[in-house]
Amino acid sequence: MTALPPPSPRKLGLVIDLDICVGCHACAVNCKEWNTGGHMAPLTDFHPYGAGQNGVWFNRVHSFEVGDGADGRTVHFPRSCLHCEQPDCVTVCPTGASYKRAEDGIVLVNEDVCIGCKLCSWACPYGAREFDDDSGTMKKCTLCIDRIYNENLEEVDRQPACVATCPANARHFGDLGDPESDVSRMVKERGGYDLMPEMGYKPVNKYLPPRPRRGPDATAQAGAELQPAGDEPQGLLRWVDRMLSR
Amino acid sequence: MNPAFSVIFFTSASGAGFGLLFLLGIFGPLGLLPSSSWFGVVAFAASFGLAVGGLISSTFHLGHPERAWRAFSQWRTSWLSREGVASVLTFVPAGLFAIGWVFFGSTGGIWAVLGLVSAVMAAITVYCTAMIYVSLKPIQRWSNGWVAPGYLLISLMTGALLLDLLLHLFGAGHWLISGLALVAVAAAWAVKTGYWRFIERTASASTPESATGLGAFGRVRLLEAPHTEENYLLKEMGFRIARKHAARLRDIAELCGFAAPLMLAGVSLISLALEAHWLGTLAALAAVLAAAVGVVVDRWLFFAEARHAVTLYYGAAEA
Repeated sequence: MTALPPPSPRKLGLVIDLDICVGCHACAVNCKEWNTGGHMAPLTDFHPYGAGQNGVWFNRVHSFEVGDGADGRTVHFPRSCLHCEQPDCVTVCPTGASYKRAEDGIVLVNEDVCIGCKLCSWACPYGAREFDDDSGTMKKCTLCIDRIYNENLEEVDRQPACVATCPANARHFGDLGDPESDVSRMVKERGGYDLMPEMGYKPVNKYLPPRPRRGPDATAQAGAELQPAGDEPQGLLRWVDRMLSR
Repeated sequence: MNPAFSVIFFTSASGAGFGLLFLLGIFGPLGLLPSSSWFGVVAFAASFGLAVGGLISSTFHLGHPERAWRAFSQWRTSWLSREGVASVLTFVPAGLFAIGWVFFGSTGGIWAVLGLVSAVMAAITVYCTAMIYVSLKPIQRWSNGWVAPGYLLISLMTGALLLDLLLHLFGAGHWLISGLALVAVAAAWAVKTGYWRFIERTASASTPESATGLGAFGRVRLLEAPHTEENYLLKEMGFRIARKHAARLRDIAELCGFAAPLMLAGVSLISLALEAHWLGTLAALAAVLAAAVGVVVDRWLFFAEARHAVTLYYGAAEA
């Protein structure tokens, strides 16, 4: 059904910390690997070893240069489905293949029903949906629905693959509808924000902005001036020191 | 947006087919058109051929055309679904209307009611087609108030030019139809001009800064794309056309799609007063051919000049 369910109390989603992300692409690669099996598998690659490679990925990591001069910085930016509260990708779908779960808000594609008209990808400003030429259907981030409820996994592994693998701990998973959850607290403390809020899709995933730089005074305060450890050397050691200091 | 030829031909052809059907459904019952079976056969063949042919060809770009029947189910939320439902609701009365015309030579009574219903449903179907594009918020150049009127008027215009030609071929040219074709071309031209002005002058609501949320730090620009090769998003949404190419194509669209048909519809109208039968027929034929070229070029540009918000993540400065 492409009518949106009533807003669910549970809003599962991700929080991505742009202050920490180092742009290693581990999240993108692990997502790709996990999805060689499971809900939306396989993610097809065409010509994977030759020219003209083209494949389906759910998570793409961009790198942006922000600001100019001394204030400029590089920000690595993972982009994947934001599991919006008002996803147009669900309402434009003519067959009902695109749907939002009522219990936890995860947006999914029913591959048995999808006709591959691609309209949902046109409706998504975030590029969350990609067409798989092999299966003829649309594919997107499933929020690892086959992991998070999976009783066959240990509790610690019941989180999205991208969150589990991030070596810098820049990705967090939780219930953004619960104000007391870790992710909600993080969003509140760090000023987590929506992407393209002017679109009105109300994304659930939040991005944490890079923390402000410490000014030049800050490094000076860190005790930059090193004091000499001992007295000036005499004799042979003084000569060795002078020769090696040339 | 990638201008896929199948979609361009589909929307142009089905627009013309439904436009023609609209006019048959209104002017047939009014008695302005020949009630002969042959006229009915030719007119409905053209109308159904264009409308149905267009719709069926649109299923070819689907990943699973065999499941296309499912597209009728979500009419409560999806304009694409509504278009499918509306087109079926058009063909049923239109088919009966055609039967009345072709087999009973009648456009009155019950057939008139069917004709009117067909006309209303044909207009609704074209409106639904336009709304598919208008409903796409990430594409600002589509999601505005100029697009639906443009679609409807171009559908009316191409339908009227076709009807004018058919009437001339059957020696039944009517000043009202030729006049309507003239007015429809002028109106479509005016709306399209407004649309082009709108897309040139309107600033993009979304920017790389709003797309990444990093505007507080300064200007945002792409340092490194997430992949070195193309992907589905870039192929489908990444198409860009250079301004000078777009300008040249727009000149062709204006000349063939509006200026020439306007003049030729005028000639067709005048030929009726002069009772110059061949002049009128040739003018009407030339108008249809020119409009066909112009409308297809214009529809191609409609796609080519459209910019999708996702390109903001891939280095575009505006969408």
